[in-house]
Amino acid sequence: MPTFTSEQRLIRSTEDVLGVRQMVRARAVELGFNLVDQTKIVTAASELARNTVQHGGGGAVTVEAVEEGGRKGLRLTFEDRGPGIADLDLAMKDGFSTAGGLGLGLGGARRLSSEFTIDSKPGEGTRVTIVRWR
Amino acid sequence: MAEELEVLHQALTDDEAWILETWLDGQADGAGFGATRAGRGELAAHSRRFLEGLRDGLKSGGTDVMATPWEPARQLLEEVALARTERGYSPAETAQFVFSLKQPLFERLRERLADRPAALAAATWSTSLLLDRLGLFTTEIYQRGREQVIMRQQQEMIELSTPVVTLWDGVLALPIIGTLDSSRTQVVMESLLQRIVDSGASIAIIDITGVPTVDTLTAQHLLKTVAAARLMGADCIISGIRPQIAQTIVHLGVDLGTVITKATLADAFAVALRRLGLTVTRRPPVLPRETRQEPPSDSGGA
Amino acid sequence: MERIPILKMGPYLLVTIQVDMHDRVALGLQDDLTQKIVQARAKGVLIDISALDVVDSFIGRTLADIAAMSRVLDAETVVVGMRPAVAITLVELGLPLTGVRTALNVERGMALLEAAITRREDGDADIH
Repeated sequence: MPTFTSEQRLIRSTEDVLGVRQMVRARAVELGFNLVDQTKIVTAASELARNTVQHGGGGAVTVEAVEEGGRKGLRLTFEDRGPGIADLDLAMKDGFSTAGGLGLGLGGARRLSSEFTIDSKPGEGTRVTIVRWR
Repeated sequence: MAEELEVLHQALTDDEAWILETWLDGQADGAGFGATRAGRGELAAHSRRFLEGLRDGLKSGGTDVMATPWEPARQLLEEVALARTERGYSPAETAQFVFSLKQPLFERLRERLADRPAALAAATWSTSLLLDRLGLFTTEIYQRGREQVIMRQQQEMIELSTPVVTLWDGVLALPIIGTLDSSRTQVVMESLLQRIVDSGASIAIIDITGVPTVDTLTAQHLLKTVAAARLMGADCIISGIRPQIAQTIVHLGVDLGTVITKATLADAFAVALRRLGLTVTRRPPVLPRETRQEPPSDSGGA
Repeated sequence: MERIPILKMGPYLLVTIQVDMHDRVALGLQDDLTQKIVQARAKGVLIDISALDVVDSFIGRTLADIAAMSRVLDAETVVVGMRPAVAITLVELGLPLTGVRTALNVERGMALLEAAITRREDGDADIH
């Protein structure tokens, strides 16, 4: 039984991206994810954490252990109060990039996750939530 | 704590020794579990801990056995259930561990509440309810255990049905039989890649002769496997493409990119050899013993 | 700030990435590597990523950039030692890593470099 259920971490710089990776890795191991699934969610977290720094001006991630209908999973919520994304469809396309590139960030994170939701309002900020089920 | 449970708790505290003794006697009867000394020792230890767990649970958990105060009791029951399942006991026999406690408890309740029939009825009912729930809990543990075994066996079946074969030094073959769904593809991909690391192969031949149909998803899975192998420095050749599948691939608009495809595993192997700079030369064949012209072995000299 | 060490192995340079790279380290590596390629007149670069348990799009782009820069400086690049879980994830992520040659390990990587360099030199000599 994992001892944590929810944890938060601030993301202010690219050094924090590494910290987020380590944190997500530790939680995924605790929840018993296999190696490939661990790698997928840590990589997705890395993409989204990077976005939070580079496009959101910094923010935070909440890591939660979740359970639904008998299966266990890990839910990550990345939030920032940055400029927000005006055209979500465009942003989700691979290769799309403003300075520095949202590039593969969002699309990639979605492909690596079991569930993906994004909420963004220009001028208000962005929230991206991903879930990986075991 | 509710009054009817209070009496039960009192009995468990004051009369523990008697309850334990009587309960153990009741358990050892018939079942082989308490037959040996080691068995009886383990049984006594489990039983004592269960009584402890009962007292703890009653203190604040009421009859909701899934609540937190009942955690120690549930944990003990998990141990008991697993130990018994391992020894081949049926779920009913395991549940008996709990149900056989009813008799000594009811006796104690009868004595304490002899003059208050209504209270006795309430206490007996609550006690019965409690033990029923705990007994049923053990069957749930049993169920969970079986499910885990089934899942593990399914996993093994998947792994066994997609062997990775070393055709030659540096050349692996992956004959796929049956349909490729996402979970199977994942397993196949992982075993192929691990084999590439373990054997240091630089070429992997994926043979799909045994794959009846290819839909877009399967084709994508295949291409992902090829891409992953390439990232690790191994090239893949897909062989065994039936005419039907060739048509499907084109109709679906699947782009095979730079993946080499060959009709047969043999053709693919030839390509692999060429890639590695190896060649097969013809030499006089070596015939099996029986057909060779050999002098009789017992001729004893000219 | 940590800088990733670059070893000279004959005509090749070997870079072993052992830490989780973040931006400044990656840029530092590109700086050091391009300088060293010219200084040592290296013909090939081997990047060993066998210690990395995660490769995200940033690291992927860094590797692709290094390969491109090296090529401009007339050196071939091979990335070696990608772990299976990382390979599977990168494919799922959709990172094409075009222009990046890969090999299973350093030994294979060197063989690949030799072959690639020979081919290229033959090609260069073929004046159009």
